[in-house]
Amino acid sequence: MPPFTVTEANPLRDAADRRLPRIAGPSGLVIFGVTGDLSRKKLMPAVYDLANRGLLPPGFSLVGFARREWAHEDFAQEVHDAVKEHARTPFREEVWHQLIQGMRFVQGTFDDDDAFERLRGTIEELDKAQGTGGNFAFYLSVPPRSFPVVIQQLKKHGLADQTGGSWRRAVIEKPFGHDLNSAEQLNKVVHEVFAPDQVFRIDHYLGKETVQNILALRFANTMFEPIWNRSFVDHVQITMAEDIGIGGRAGYYDGIGAARDVIQNHLLQLMALTAMEEPASFDADALAAEKTKVLGAVRLPKDLGRDTVFAQYAAGWQGGEKAVGYLQEEGTDPRSKTDTYAAIKLGIDNRRWAGVPFYLRTGKRLGRRVTEIAVVFQRAPHSPFDTTATEELGQNAIVIRVQPDEGVTVRFGSKVPGTSMEIRDVSMDFAYGESFTESSPEAYERLILDVLLGDSNLFPRTEEVELSWKILDPIEEYWDQHGRPAQYPSGTWGPVEADEMLKRDGRSWRRP
Amino acid sequence: MKIDLTDTTASKVNKALVQGRRAIGTPAVGMVLTLVIVTDEENAYDALRAANDASHEHPSRTLVVIKRVSRSPRDRTQSRLDAEVRVGADAGSGETVVLRLYGEVSDHAQSVVLPLLLPDAPVVVWWPVNAPLDPANDPLGALAQRRVTDTYASEQPVRELSARADTYTPGDTDLSWTRITPWRSMLAAALDQVVCEVKAVEVEGEEFNPSCELLAMWLADRLDVPVKRSLSSGPGLTAVRMDTDCGPIVLDRADGSLATLSIQGQPDRAVALKRRETAELIAEELRRLDPDDTYASVLRFGVERLNSVPASAVRGAEAAEAAVAKAVQAVALAEAAVAKAEVPPAKGASPAKGEAAETPGEADAQEAAAQEPMKKAAANS
Repeated sequence: MPPFTVTEANPLRDAADRRLPRIAGPSGLVIFGVTGDLSRKKLMPAVYDLANRGLLPPGFSLVGFARREWAHEDFAQEVHDAVKEHARTPFREEVWHQLIQGMRFVQGTFDDDDAFERLRGTIEELDKAQGTGGNFAFYLSVPPRSFPVVIQQLKKHGLADQTGGSWRRAVIEKPFGHDLNSAEQLNKVVHEVFAPDQVFRIDHYLGKETVQNILALRFANTMFEPIWNRSFVDHVQITMAEDIGIGGRAGYYDGIGAARDVIQNHLLQLMALTAMEEPASFDADALAAEKTKVLGAVRLPKDLGRDTVFAQYAAGWQGGEKAVGYLQEEGTDPRSKTDTYAAIKLGIDNRRWAGVPFYLRTGKRLGRRVTEIAVVFQRAPHSPFDTTATEELGQNAIVIRVQPDEGVTVRFGSKVPGTSMEIRDVSMDFAYGESFTESSPEAYERLILDVLLGDSNLFPRTEEVELSWKILDPIEEYWDQHGRPAQYPSGTWGPVEADEMLKRDGRSWRRP
Repeated sequence: MKIDLTDTTASKVNKALVQGRRAIGTPAVGMVLTLVIVTDEENAYDALRAANDASHEHPSRTLVVIKRVSRSPRDRTQSRLDAEVRVGADAGSGETVVLRLYGEVSDHAQSVVLPLLLPDAPVVVWWPVNAPLDPANDPLGALAQRRVTDTYASEQPVRELSARADTYTPGDTDLSWTRITPWRSMLAAALDQVVCEVKAVEVEGEEFNPSCELLAMWLADRLDVPVKRSLSSGPGLTAVRMDTDCGPIVLDRADGSLATLSIQGQPDRAVALKRRETAELIAEELRRLDPDDTYASVLRFGVERLNSVPASAVRGAEAAEAAVAKAVQAVALAEAAVAKAEVPPAKGASPAKGEAAETPGEADAQEAAAQEPMKKAAANS
């Protein structure tokens, strides 16, 4: 974790006193699009959980901004319901009492100047009534097309101005554009108003304990890093599978697709963390430097038609329920070429990884919901056992299970008890649920706290976002011009084309 | 699942543990530590329940060592070990063994516990009551990296604090110290919000609650200012008042759950400061197993130095003189505050604020003068 931010002047703070938690300084959070799903299911509960764990400053304020005609009390009621339903920690009256004093609601649309004036008034009032000290984070939980409007409004009404040591931060959610061009444009819009170090891009995967643990696993131990290179690793598979379809989000999803939605941010970030060199320290700059380096070294396959696959789910049965195909979903263009499944093969041009393929795949309506990183090792160069003994032995692997059932699995061969020599794969398991708390903090809790503290370790930077688009853009372009997406029945592990893609390399996908 | 063993040995208990695990189908479990609870029959139930709750955060093997009282000379010569092995849903997330020691073996509890410790995992010993005077040199305490006592549960808490200070060994810790983490964190957060120098502190709480002394010592140790411990009817800690050069900062909790933080020049704020359950305290205690240097430094500060003027000030002077000095200091403080208020309104200070700053300063001076004789009387008694 980053060095504890010690206020030098405060004699009660001491780095050696590790019981004292990292508490955010006086501050408030403004959520745009507060009536949305994300806000109700993740943000509000996360704020409550933080308060319940005593990590929010006294006087912390939460301002909701949305079109709905709500009074402050209606908003508080909405938060109350959301917290009761979705919060991780038990509901406690006194914590709620502390929170509710700083809750405000501002009604308005994004182009409504009066509403933003009211928002400014509310913030000034909170500074007086709650002592938030002018420190506010603006969480833009809004559709991408509204980004520029909201950002411009914040500028126009002086809401982004940092005065007298106070801070104003912008928190934005994916998608960060839909290609390099639009990403650069978005960055320009945002950075025109907020300084780069005050912009926090949420990639909620990076807030997950298991993802942070990749770094601990690799760099705090001695037994993994020596074999974490081309001499021992055969290939790496990074999978993020969902069992659901697009639901009612056709409007958002059509034209975006799985690769832009998932590979560009989550999977490339996971790959960067898996493949990067050891950072000089665990601070944001050093981490970003290493991640940027490895993303910059990514090499695309020569033949994109051979080493990438895009596909759509067709009708089928998913976990005992009948599912319609993507093209039959309501609101989807029947001739749509949008990918709901994408698999790509990438190489990394550096001494550690030259020649080791990284297979990235993601899809909707697959077998089950799972995200994992599998580092698959080469076979032993020589086996003293005869082939019948090792017939059932696969390749050794270290699998980092990101979600669900967070943990790490190590797969290796072991003798089957009995008189003959027979070796079979077994797995050794570390499960978070077993060794640590059943209540590890939610990703959003960690990320919101980091925003308030100003810690940018777990947030991708502009360069990383732009590099990711540089990797994905040629692939999207190729797909756009060549052929139609393959089809796979809902509830399976993807199209046969993807299996063939690995077969050509003499490998196969893991069943996660 | 539960397995009862009568007149048994540690190796039979170990066998029962393996058997229990096989039966419920989890041969390997990711337990991270062994928690040894040393207690009497009366407190065993509550302690075990708290440990089981805490085990959801820290899966552990919990060994409850209950020393049974022998009531006749015959009982004392006979020795017997009974064990109750619980695995699966009956044991939180982990395994629990309740060990009942009768007769002579109760003086050799470590011989029973040692074979039952998890390999290569840290050991924590917790005495909910009747902690030994020197935990680190207790035969059971010697097995552990971390020794948890609870001075709150003792007859003379304040005297026991001094004893803890005398025998402190890295790895010792006390639940009375754990109890005040939220207070400490809130006070630190309060000082984050202002740039003021603290002049004096008052910690108010119920009698016979060593948490109040520990908090007072922590403040005195960190701030190097006089700290006064005063009594209230509770529950627990009720208030901390810090006198600073920019007005008082008060954290006041009258009802044991919701507190009010008032800082001069800022609005009052409600903060949740609920008194916590034992399970939460144990869970916090198990989160870090390295020596708590802050606790050590607080203990070493010494209870007897509370309520006195710090070394840097007029030590050994007449009490009256000290009172005068304090009053003068307070007046100076008030003047400084006024001066500050009169400085061009960089921060929008109004004349009203200047007046407000003056009042507490004066009140402080009077209070200081009024308290001095009392303190003298207390010293004489």
